[in-house]
Amino acid sequence: MSVAPLTNDEVARYSRHLIMPQVGMDGQLKLKGAKVLCVGAGGLGSPVALYLAAAGVGTLGIVDFDEVDFSNLHRQIIHGTPDVGRPKLESARSRLQALNPEVNVVPHEMALSSENALQLFSDYDMVVDGTDNFPTRYLVNDACVLSGKPNVYGSISQFEGQASVFGVSGGPCYRCMFPEPPPPGLVPSCAEGGVLGILPGVVGTLQATEAIKLILGAGEPLVGRFLLFDALKMRFRELKVRRDSDCPVCGDAPTVTELIDYQQFCGIVPTPPPAPAAADGEVTVAELKERIDRGDDFLLLDVRENREFEICRIPGSRLIPLGELSTRLAELEGAEDLVVHCKSGVRSGKAVALLREAGYGGARNLEGGILAWIDQIDPRLPKY
Amino acid sequence: MATKILIPTPLRGYTGNQEEVEATGSTVGELLANLASEHTELRKHLYGEDGSLRNFVNIYVNDDDIRYLEKEQTPVTDDDTVSIIPSVAGGSGR
Repeated sequence: MSVAPLTNDEVARYSRHLIMPQVGMDGQLKLKGAKVLCVGAGGLGSPVALYLAAAGVGTLGIVDFDEVDFSNLHRQIIHGTPDVGRPKLESARSRLQALNPEVNVVPHEMALSSENALQLFSDYDMVVDGTDNFPTRYLVNDACVLSGKPNVYGSISQFEGQASVFGVSGGPCYRCMFPEPPPPGLVPSCAEGGVLGILPGVVGTLQATEAIKLILGAGEPLVGRFLLFDALKMRFRELKVRRDSDCPVCGDAPTVTELIDYQQFCGIVPTPPPAPAAADGEVTVAELKERIDRGDDFLLLDVRENREFEICRIPGSRLIPLGELSTRLAELEGAEDLVVHCKSGVRSGKAVALLREAGYGGARNLEGGILAWIDQIDPRLPKY
Repeated sequence: MATKILIPTPLRGYTGNQEEVEATGSTVGELLANLASEHTELRKHLYGEDGSLRNFVNIYVNDDDIRYLEKEQTPVTDDDTVSIIPSVAGGSGR
């Protein structure tokens, strides 16, 4: 498809690109003709979309289905305070159009799935992965390999980031590096483990850089190299990634030739519909409130981290973070009736299993954690 | 005689929050076995029930993946740095 020549306004806008030999008019027209799909308009997607739009990438697709939340704003710089509650796609589109009206921003309000990914990817030249969970990462990878599109990968956790370019012909894919996902619950998400707000800014900018280099055909792409970034140490490391000839997707004799069930692949069991009463071994927040009001004799154990305890707590609770529980069991000696809680119920579920194994048969999990307590019992407490 | 092992953040809870530990061994396999016997909580995160390294655990000697070297038989010296590379997924919404 031929690209229309640059208008005088565009020449003015991109003048600092046009005078560089590495970009020039040819390169700028390549950018204008390029179609990049950004999966996720969050932490990584923010700098990716902003820089690609600023650089003059002609068509920028964005996939998201979430709304802007206050807790997004410390890192998702494409959205602002007035956007809280708006769909991220709308908020991102207005910001990008204000930045560069020449760019055709295409919103895709959907959750990427095995049913829609290949069709969607076929309209683009490359995909920038700014997703936040393992099933979607494997889905993006496999769909990129199957449709022959480069996958500009970036991922973050707490204060560390990773970046690479997968799915380029002859190069490795994400599965060559990570053949199998870790079991659910081993790696904390941003919501569980926190994330330094600037981190996706650095990693997303690296992804945008690689996307632009791929479009221009300039420099040495991050293919076969896996970049690790530690923000606290301010250190970059580079590892080698090789294409695995036995890779089930990009190997010589692939066994994955169509998209699969990625939830199942990642060991995620579908959540059963919520039971009307608390499941066996669980206590609802309403029951907990009644027991506190009655003055029952029981121990309310909070297994969150100290930092979370500082933000909000249920009156009368005692804090022992999950990671310390196995070595601090002696502190619970004699406690026969225990209600255990965390933020939403996952960590306390693990704590209850650990306690029961250690002989505390009376340990029960608070369903929904302190978030449910705040929603249903004490909305004055801050939510995080 | 000890080789430096870099522990990724998700596993530091099992090494007393140390990001760097030392272990002895002439191969990666020996090194990790010694590491796991010193930090017993780490064992189940590194090894499956059949005693083999879990497939989602990526072990690098310097900048190379042991899967492309001699796997657990890969020799190590005191000058090498062994890294456990975690797979992380964060990036977007929540």
